[in-house]
Amino acid sequence: MSSTTNPSTHHTSTIGAIGAPSRRNTELALLVFAVLIPVFAYANVGLAINDEVPAGLLSYGLGLGLLAGVGHVVVRKFAPYSDPLLLPLATLLNGLGLVAIWRLDQSELLQDIQQAGTAAPRQLMYTALGIALFVAVMIFLKDHRVLQRYTYISMLGALFLLLLPLVPGLGKNIYGAKIWIQVGSFSIQPGEFAKIVLAIFFAGYLMVKRDALALASRRFMGLYLPRGRDLGPILVVWMVSILILVFETDLGTSLLFFGMFVIMLYVATERTSWIVFGLLMSAVGAVGVASFEPHIQQRVDAWLDPMKEYTLSRAGVGGHSEQAMQALWAFGSGGTLGTGWGQGHSELIRFAANSDFILATFGEELGLAGLMALLLLYALIVERGVRTALAARDPFGKLLAIGLSGAFALQVFVVAGGVMGLIPLTGMTMPFLAYGGSSVIANWALIGILLRISDTARRPAPAAPASPDAEMTQVVRP
Amino acid sequence: MSELTLTVMRLGFLAVLWLFVIVAVQVIRSDLFGTRVTQRGARREAARPQQAARQNQAPPQQRQQSGGGRGRRGAPTKLVVTEGTLTGTTVALQGQTITLGRAHDSTIVLDDDYASSRHARIYPDQNGQWIVEDLGSTNGTYLDRSRLTTPTPIGPGSPIRIGKTVIELRK
Repeated sequence: MSSTTNPSTHHTSTIGAIGAPSRRNTELALLVFAVLIPVFAYANVGLAINDEVPAGLLSYGLGLGLLAGVGHVVVRKFAPYSDPLLLPLATLLNGLGLVAIWRLDQSELLQDIQQAGTAAPRQLMYTALGIALFVAVMIFLKDHRVLQRYTYISMLGALFLLLLPLVPGLGKNIYGAKIWIQVGSFSIQPGEFAKIVLAIFFAGYLMVKRDALALASRRFMGLYLPRGRDLGPILVVWMVSILILVFETDLGTSLLFFGMFVIMLYVATERTSWIVFGLLMSAVGAVGVASFEPHIQQRVDAWLDPMKEYTLSRAGVGGHSEQAMQALWAFGSGGTLGTGWGQGHSELIRFAANSDFILATFGEELGLAGLMALLLLYALIVERGVRTALAARDPFGKLLAIGLSGAFALQVFVVAGGVMGLIPLTGMTMPFLAYGGSSVIANWALIGILLRISDTARRPAPAAPASPDAEMTQVVRP
Repeated sequence: MSELTLTVMRLGFLAVLWLFVIVAVQVIRSDLFGTRVTQRGARREAARPQQAARQNQAPPQQRQQSGGGRGRRGAPTKLVVTEGTLTGTTVALQGQTITLGRAHDSTIVLDDDYASSRHARIYPDQNGQWIVEDLGSTNGTYLDRSRLTTPTPIGPGSPIRIGKTVIELRK
C-alpha cells in the first residue's frame, strides 16, 4: 500500500483494498453463454446433415443447461468467492465435445465401429457423473488443506491406481496400450484419476521437502546441482514413469506424471536445474524405451513418416496407423475457417475419431480459427489455475493448484501435439472434449478442487481484531 | 439447406466462439482486483490556496533541505494513515507542516469524534528530523503507546495514534 502523489495537483489519495467481489453473477452470465454455444452448434450440425433442426435439440440443451445450473448453484452456495471463469470454460468445452461426438454418431461409416451411434447419450451420462463428482468435491471438501493429511496415502493410492491395469483379468489391452480396467460393462482409465491423487501427494511431499531440495545444492556451471540423496525422489518418480512406459506402453501417461513432478519441483524450489534434469531424463527415458518397445516404435515411426505408414497400411503390408495421416488431412482440408459443422469428413479417421482424434474433427469443421479459440479456452483454464496458485496463501494450495493446472496443460499439449504431428501420438484424451467417461469425470473433479482452492484464496480476509492500544485514545471525556 | 445459410452459420459460430473467448478475457481483466485509488484532492480544492500559502510560510531552512534532493539518507518521504476512516491516505513529506484535526483547514481532516479540532501537528526541525507535537487535544496523541507531553521526534515505524486514526511515517 503505497503511493506517490503529485504535489502540484493532489496532496492526498486513498488506496484501499477492494473487497474481492464474489463474481457469481458474471459466472452465471458466462454459463448461459457457454450453454447456448453448443446448442447453436447442435442445431448447425442437424441443419447441415439432415436439413432439419435435430429432434434432440431441446433435451440436449436442457440437459447441458441443467447440469451447468446445478454446478453453478452448488458453487454459489459452497464456494461463493471462487474463480468465475473455470466453470463456464469447462462447461463450454464439455458441451462442444458432446456436439462433436453426436455429430460423429450421425456418420454411417462409424456406426459399425462404435456402439451404433450411441456415444453422445453415454457421454452426456458421463458428464452428469462428472458434475455429480464436482458437486461432491464442492460439498465435502470444505478446505483443500485437509488433503494434506493424506500425503502418503495418496502416494499409495496413486501407485495402486497406476498398477491396476496390470492386474491380470482386470486390465484390458486396447490397441496396444494397457491403461484400461474392465469393471462389468464399463472400462475405466485409472490413470486419469491417478493424475489428481498424485498431484496431492507431490504437493504434500514437496511442501515439506522444498527447503532441503532448494538449499542443499552445489553450484556448478551456473546450475544448482542437488545433493545425491536429494535426487532420490525425482529418480523414483522417473523410474515409475519408465515402468509405466514399459509395462503399460503408454507414452502419454508416463510423460504426464513425470512432467507434472518436474513442474511442481521447479515451482517448489525455484531451481532451473530441475527443468534441465527433467528434460534430460525424460529424453533419455523415452529414447531408451523406444529402442526396444515395439508399440512405442510404431508410434514413433507413424510420427516421423505418417504418409509411409498410411500407404503401407492401405496396401496391407505392415504399417500400423492410418490415423496420423488422416488427422493431418483433416486439419488441412479444414483450412482457416473450416468446412462448417457436419460438413467435414473426419469420420474417415474411423477408429478413435471421437476420442483421441476428436481434435481433428474440430480442426476440419471449425478450421484454424475455431481450433485456436479452443486452444485459448484451454489456455484460459490453465491461466486461471496458475492465477489461483499465485493467489493461494498456503504453500500446499499453491503447489496443488500448480500441479493440477500443469497436468491439465501437459495433457492438452500431449494430445494436441500428438494429433497435429508435433510429437509421437499417445493414447490420451483431450480433457472435456473427447469421448470417455474416466476423463470427463476426473477432469470435473479437477475443476472442483481448483475452484475450492480459489475460493479459499479469494475469500476476503476477516477484519483484524481491534488493537488494545485503541482504548487509550478513544475515551469520551466530559 | 442452402449453401448461404450454412456459410452464415459457419462464420457465425466462429464469431460466437471468439466472442466467448474475448468476453472471458474481459472478465479476467476486470477481475484484477487489488487496490482502488481515490483522489481526495478534488473535493478539497477550496482549501488548496490556504495550504499553499502555509507551505510558502515554512522556514527557509526547511525548504532548503527538502529542495536538496532526498534530504537526509533514510528520512521518511511520506506519511501513511494505517488505521481509521482515512486508511490508505498518503501525504508526501516535503518539509511542510502537517496539521491533523477535525478543523476543515487541517492538512489531514480527521472525521473522528475522538479527535479535537486542532489535534496535533507534524513538522521537521532544523535537522530535518520529523517532530510530532500535541496541540492540547482532549484525548491526547500517542506515539508508541505513550502519551505526548512535549514535541517528540518520530522514530522510524512508530505509530502515532489519534482517536481511531493511526499514522506512520515511511520512506
